[in-house]
Amino acid sequence: MTTVTLTIDGIQVTVPKGTTVLEAAESVGIFIPTFCHDPELSKPGACRICVVEIPGARNLPAACVTEATEGMVVYTASEAVIEARKTNLELLLANHPEDCLTCHKNGDCRLQEYAYFYGVKAEAFSGEKHDYPVEEDNPFIVRDMNKCILCGKCVRVCQEIQGNNVLDFAFRGFSAVVTPAMNTTLSDTDISNCVFCGNCVAVCPVGALTEKAMIGKGRQWEVKKVKTTCPYCGVGCQFNLNVKDGRVIGVTSADGDVNGRFLCVKGRFGYGFIHHPDRLTTPLIKKDGKFVEASWDEAIALVAEKLGAVKEQYGGEAIGVLSSARCTNEENYLMNKFARAVLGTNSIDHCARL
Amino acid sequence: MTNSIAEIADADFILTTGTNTTEGHPVIGIQVKKALRNGATLAVIDPRRTEIAELAHYHLQIKSGTDIALLNGLANVIINEGLWNKEFVQERTEDFEAFKEVVAKYTPEYVEEITGVPADTIKEVARGYAKAKKASILYTMGLTQHVCGTHNVFAVANLTMLCGHIGKESSGVNPLRGQNNVQGACDMGALPAFYTAYQPVANEANRAKFAAAWGVEELPSKPGLTVGEIFDQAGKTIKAIYIMGENPVLSDPDANHVIHALESLDFLVVQDIFLTETAQLADVVLPAASFAEKDGTFSNTERRVQLVRKAIEPIGQAKPDCEIICLIATAMGYPMRYNSPAEIFDEMAKLTPSYAGISHKRLEQEGGLQWPCPTPDHPGTKFLHAGKFARGLGKFHAVEHIPPAEMPDEEYPFVLSTGRRRYHYHTGTMTHRTGALEVFYPTEFLEISCEDAEKLGICDGDILRVSSRRGTVEVAAKITDRVVPGLVFTSFQYPDVPINKLTNPVRCPIAKIPEYKVCAVKIEKVS
Ligand code: SF4
Ligand code: SF4
Ligand code: SF4
Ligand code: FES
Repeated sequence: MTTVTLTIDGIQVTVPKGTTVLEAAESVGIFIPTFCHDPELSKPGACRICVVEIPGARNLPAACVTEATEGMVVYTASEAVIEARKTNLELLLANHPEDCLTCHKNGDCRLQEYAYFYGVKAEAFSGEKHDYPVEEDNPFIVRDMNKCILCGKCVRVCQEIQGNNVLDFAFRGFSAVVTPAMNTTLSDTDISNCVFCGNCVAVCPVGALTEKAMIGKGRQWEVKKVKTTCPYCGVGCQFNLNVKDGRVIGVTSADGDVNGRFLCVKGRFGYGFIHHPDRLTTPLIKKDGKFVEASWDEAIALVAEKLGAVKEQYGGEAIGVLSSARCTNEENYLMNKFARAVLGTNSIDHCARL
Repeated sequence: MTNSIAEIADADFILTTGTNTTEGHPVIGIQVKKALRNGATLAVIDPRRTEIAELAHYHLQIKSGTDIALLNGLANVIINEGLWNKEFVQERTEDFEAFKEVVAKYTPEYVEEITGVPADTIKEVARGYAKAKKASILYTMGLTQHVCGTHNVFAVANLTMLCGHIGKESSGVNPLRGQNNVQGACDMGALPAFYTAYQPVANEANRAKFAAAWGVEELPSKPGLTVGEIFDQAGKTIKAIYIMGENPVLSDPDANHVIHALESLDFLVVQDIFLTETAQLADVVLPAASFAEKDGTFSNTERRVQLVRKAIEPIGQAKPDCEIICLIATAMGYPMRYNSPAEIFDEMAKLTPSYAGISHKRLEQEGGLQWPCPTPDHPGTKFLHAGKFARGLGKFHAVEHIPPAEMPDEEYPFVLSTGRRRYHYHTGTMTHRTGALEVFYPTEFLEISCEDAEKLGICDGDILRVSSRRGTVEVAAKITDRVVPGLVFTSFQYPDVPINKLTNPVRCPIAKIPEYKVCAVKIEKVS
């Protein structure tokens, strides 16, 4: 493999040929801000927040699309660079709603983070602001295009990863906006082709795309994230359960072995059953055809007595056991042990065939 | 799966049969789409024009239940044109001659007659598959839920062996599992004839090993009954049933029969997170913890064992299933106590060669591991059958086309097929209670072709009465070109449309899988 050696902020870096300046900088822990760049998507080099100074180059090149070359010298935080980034942020803030107080992304928003980092305030270019209606006519995703910074990641993730081609840019200049075909909403799925995987939400760097059910349920910094495995299909995607005050308030992407950050509608938006009021919360025993609440002691004693009686009278083979394709390995193993060693039956199965 | 999910994207030919991948396994659908972008050819065998069929280069729209004829037809072309992998067949397989003899009569023209797929398409797909460097076959229940389900799977295996497309990266046979831990439930011995990792109960040495580990004198030696057989025997030789986390009243064929079976028991205990249609019939219902309330592991469709982590305390007085089983066992005079699911896993791993090298600790440190993983320093296994099949030589099973058990006739002129929807899961117990999925996709409908709708005077949204020889349901019509004339389709995921009152419980005699994909129905307009 051919390598190149360059100098970034005085540090010598050797990387494989073909590496971008951004990747080279990241490999030695040097920070360069990005909006439109994503390692798994194509690189438009559009937002220019990642500009760096390379003596001899024309203007300030975008680090995410500039290839590192032998002997290259790069400054990631020179005065010119900082100035350019500040102007960039000022322009973005100029037509961005000042809504950090109630925005769900507060604490996990790149625009906010970089504005803070570079000390940019909103008033510099107070200009015309957008007034798009917020799209919230589906139960999964809220799209607030007033907060969109046009990085295009949602467009690309839907085209390049999800493969549903729902979104694209429409119009130009100040009117430019990201929208499904024919300016419809996502929920008009016959036209939009959206399947509500929410993978666009997972890549949006700002508060333009959010999980509807999570809004108002917890601030980013109050939420504990627990990485686990999806309870639905056999793909085995992993995600973070977002927990606040002992309640699951949502699902966000984790880096899963199988799925990376990507999920489907069931995995991302199908967690509501956990706290559903229909959940069984106490053992029930049927008396005269009606269920009555019972204590665990009572219920366990009854089950043990009844199963024991059938075993006694007819032998263990008279008991059938259905284990579950939805329970864990540990539970299935124990059920297999219980059926065979305690009940004395091999008639244990589950619904694999169904 | 013999391969890993990530390998799908690198295949250059993908053949899918009976899988509505983008709806049933959306994130695997992403991999298939990635392969397409990388230039792969996609051929989809499905009676319905699903989303993935629309993406395909070839959609082989077979008549329901004619998979074997088609697969044999592909083999016929490959043999006739000399495209088969002679070296692989010679060195790694047996019984090729018998197979060759049987497929000889499945000429593309003959197969066109049976399946309705044009002979030329059969030839092109056969060539594409045979000549590919890396060819992957994906299938799900659309292939197995037939009276000839096992033979269908043999026909797929025959094709891969014929071309040597197995035991290599991105080449293999890849059944996609419908439920999160079907793989694990099978691996863990939730099967009537096997202990963990498919160790037969009929084998004396196995019984001795497990009896010793479990501290009992002896274990029953006769393989037990399957789900369907348990219900058939309910009230007869089966007197009590213990159900953990399953809802057979909705998921099993011929629901009326299941309800009757459960009602005729002396005792039924159901352990679940909701009062399901099945739990309502129980004598005792035990409240279980959901996946968010417990630690453990699931094994996915590519044999990857991954951690499930407890995020919150159990709701109300609910308890994790493990704990409940331990309580019952202890109350029955067999003390069972574990400090954690990790400890249960360790006990299991000692008895289970393919899981022996896995532990919660390793999963915590390294992430998911794919079995076989026999030792603690083994990295896990990406794809199976490299160099050698588990049984030694790969066996060709010559199989013939078997028509579905119930074909349409004058009285019941339509074929009903059932499956899944993107927004719902299995019997819908969970997905109808999310505050989101059921809001967006609240009702079920019956897909029917324009031609048939016109003939019956049906408009979109009309309520239809659909009946088979076993039962009747009412459901709204959806006119669509996803189904061909003569075929109607719906899902089994809506309690309001318990379609399994209609389906045919006739089972594949080998795998005991019911024929959900084909039964004969008649359709009348209600309003
Ligand atoms: S939810 Fe999925 S399909 Fe819909 S726009 Fe976003 S990425 Fe595309
Ligand atoms: S919605 Fe988000 S991801 Fe899409 S272009 Fe706007 S800021 Fe970028
Ligand atoms: S997120 Fe979707 S594709 Fe992934 S495991 Fe869950 S149900 Fe399957
Ligand atoms: S991140 Fe480099 S141009 Fe947008």
